[in-house]
Amino acid sequence: MTTLEPIDAYPTQRISGFSVRAGRSLPFGATRVPGGVNFSVFSNHATSVTLVLYRSGAAEPMAELPFPEAFRVGSVYAMTVFDLDVENLEYGYRVDGPHQPWLGHRFDATRVLSDPYARMLTGAGPYRHRSRVALDDFDWEDDRPPRLPHEDLVIYELHVRGFTRHPSSGVSAPGTYAGLVEKIPYLKELGVNCVELMPVFEFDESDNIFTGVNYWGYSPIGFFAPKASYATTGREHMQVDEFKHLVKELHRAGIEVLLDVVFNHTAEGDERGPSISFKGLDNATYYMLTPDRHYYNFSGTGNTLNCNHPVVRGFVLDCLRYWASEFHVDGFRFDLAAILGRGPDGELLHNPPLLESLAYDPILRDCKLIAEAWDAAGLYQVGSFPDYSRWSEWNGRYRDTVRRYIKGDLGVTGEMATRMVGSPDLYSRRGTAATVNFITSHDGFTLRDLVSYDHKHNEANGEGNRDGDDTNHSWNCGQEGETDDPAVLATRARLTRNALLLLLASRGVPMLLAGDEIGRTQLGNNNAYCHDGPLTWVDWGLREENADLFRFTRRAIAFRRAHPVLRGGSPGSVHWHGVRAWSPDWSGHCRVLVAMFDGGGDDCVYVAANSHWEAHALELPAPPRGLTWHLFADTAAAPPEDAHEPGHEPALADQTRFVIGPRSVAILVTH
Amino acid sequence: MSMELRHQIRNGVTVVTLDGRLDSETAPRVQQDLRALLPGEGQVVLDLSGTVYMSSAGLRVLLLIYRHAQSGSLRLALTGLTPDVRAIMDATGFLGFFTVVESVDEGVEALTV
Repeated sequence: MTTLEPIDAYPTQRISGFSVRAGRSLPFGATRVPGGVNFSVFSNHATSVTLVLYRSGAAEPMAELPFPEAFRVGSVYAMTVFDLDVENLEYGYRVDGPHQPWLGHRFDATRVLSDPYARMLTGAGPYRHRSRVALDDFDWEDDRPPRLPHEDLVIYELHVRGFTRHPSSGVSAPGTYAGLVEKIPYLKELGVNCVELMPVFEFDESDNIFTGVNYWGYSPIGFFAPKASYATTGREHMQVDEFKHLVKELHRAGIEVLLDVVFNHTAEGDERGPSISFKGLDNATYYMLTPDRHYYNFSGTGNTLNCNHPVVRGFVLDCLRYWASEFHVDGFRFDLAAILGRGPDGELLHNPPLLESLAYDPILRDCKLIAEAWDAAGLYQVGSFPDYSRWSEWNGRYRDTVRRYIKGDLGVTGEMATRMVGSPDLYSRRGTAATVNFITSHDGFTLRDLVSYDHKHNEANGEGNRDGDDTNHSWNCGQEGETDDPAVLATRARLTRNALLLLLASRGVPMLLAGDEIGRTQLGNNNAYCHDGPLTWVDWGLREENADLFRFTRRAIAFRRAHPVLRGGSPGSVHWHGVRAWSPDWSGHCRVLVAMFDGGGDDCVYVAANSHWEAHALELPAPPRGLTWHLFADTAAAPPEDAHEPGHEPALADQTRFVIGPRSVAILVTH
Repeated sequence: MSMELRHQIRNGVTVVTLDGRLDSETAPRVQQDLRALLPGEGQVVLDLSGTVYMSSAGLRVLLLIYRHAQSGSLRLALTGLTPDVRAIMDATGFLGFFTVVESVDEGVEALTV
């Protein structure tokens, strides 16, 4: 068979010594085409655009190619440049136009800007913002996304670098995508089936005026570019291949991949921030500006992306489609997603076009879409986020309620019951898949710190301990911080298990913070975004030190996966009990909560929680269908009796009565 | 630095040695030369002990050659991966596609069994 050569694969003119022709407007970005590379970039207010080409690592450009007027279609500048060696090429754009901040324009032709559609950035060194062309062919073989039902997920939130960077990780490429591949057996053993990766888009890890370190990366620079420094092959510019390999291997293990994405702001900050890309390409289009053309700051970081502008909306959609189709990722968690429902003047939109577009997009149809349904300007939409029957939410109220219940606050038992069954007060129409339940996340205390500190200890962050949330609903169990007091440690161990057990026995989608299963601490720091070191890295020595906790967590996850009734079902499948069977006590002073989830057959689970400091004898309901009660877990019991292997739970000697210990959670199951 | 290809026949196995850098500059010619050098059937060992650098394009040429071999009745193995090249191939998943042997002799033996 003869392949027809394209008839436009030849240059029509030379510019600055390079053979070129008018390019194609779509797709945006730099795309390899027969014989060359097609460059396409948007700017609505520019007066001229120049493509700047560099040899890899060179200080000075090898050529600057102004786009001829004939190469512009509308506000899109496109040019195909022939005979480029893409592996030895870096590029950017010099964009001229008015510098009139009072009109929102900040063009500066002295700067060379990143391509917002760049598939790779150099990512390190003095030229770290330069764009690169990626080889996007990859042999996925027969990769099949797991496509797990949302309510069957057990999400594990992790930081790619921090997960394996610690010397104790034992992987060959610490702190990288490849290092994470080596930890897949650990994830399998733990039993999680979904990882949520904290930001992997290119960001500047030195972007922080206080400590000089931005570790978390909620400050994107390259939205289409996997972070090069998270790739052991980043120096060879193979981060695209390495990231795809990670996704492929996770899928092979039955584990889904969610990306934590930031579309509410960029690393360019406000008037004082650097001009890296959008600011110099078309400031007035890409950012929300006040009437006097300053930056709106709904993100708390200086600027706010103008995400419901039609051009920006298209950009976000293109980006997510790229990650879903080219990288096979299974979904996204949107940072400060309430901003995505704001219009160009910051107003709350009734029917935000961006959120609607994402909800109905054909390529994203099977992707999980999870909103962090609040922003830094006080907009709080947990339970009211525009969901299009499609979006789910980080349930901040679940987090706060469980924390308060666990530490023994009065008057939260009733709300705790609501949170355990999928928060129907917030999500009855949308079902339990709408609520992502969590007690800890990257943002705040780790689970160990939640039961070890009354107050945050953020002095090392350089802001006099003023940063970070003051409302943590935490309890140190009698002594602030590290201690060797056995009574304090025993209480902490029990509360830790209570939290894990309640989370994994609640309807909704549970999310664990990486390391909580082995007792990771940040020494009371609840805003550790600015530390790239032992404080934030997972210390794998804890795997042995806290083997009991790991085993407990593993069994609790396995138990959840063995019992569909914990993951969803009709409201009629939940029966409430108390100290007396069939008699829940919803009064304000009660700290005992008992739910029986009955899914029929032997899928019947009795969850008893007691946040009182005294034990209580519970009258047990007769197990249904002639079955008998068996004990799966009791956090008052010493390991390894704190949880049994699912399917091998011992029968209760007394089938009519169970004593729930002080500050304990227990789970019975029928066999 | 360019790339030099040498080949010899050992016990009926074609051994091709690639010395130099396998990157976007050398890849097109290496691909052309390898296709010309490789027999239509039989066994081939690619000795990469002199391949000091492997780029994205280099990996792709190797995989294309490997796929080409598989589609015919040619058996192909790699040997002599330097630690750097091996680490890159491992991290990007390319290593998993190939039969890798410890030495040319082992390759000759493995492929002739």
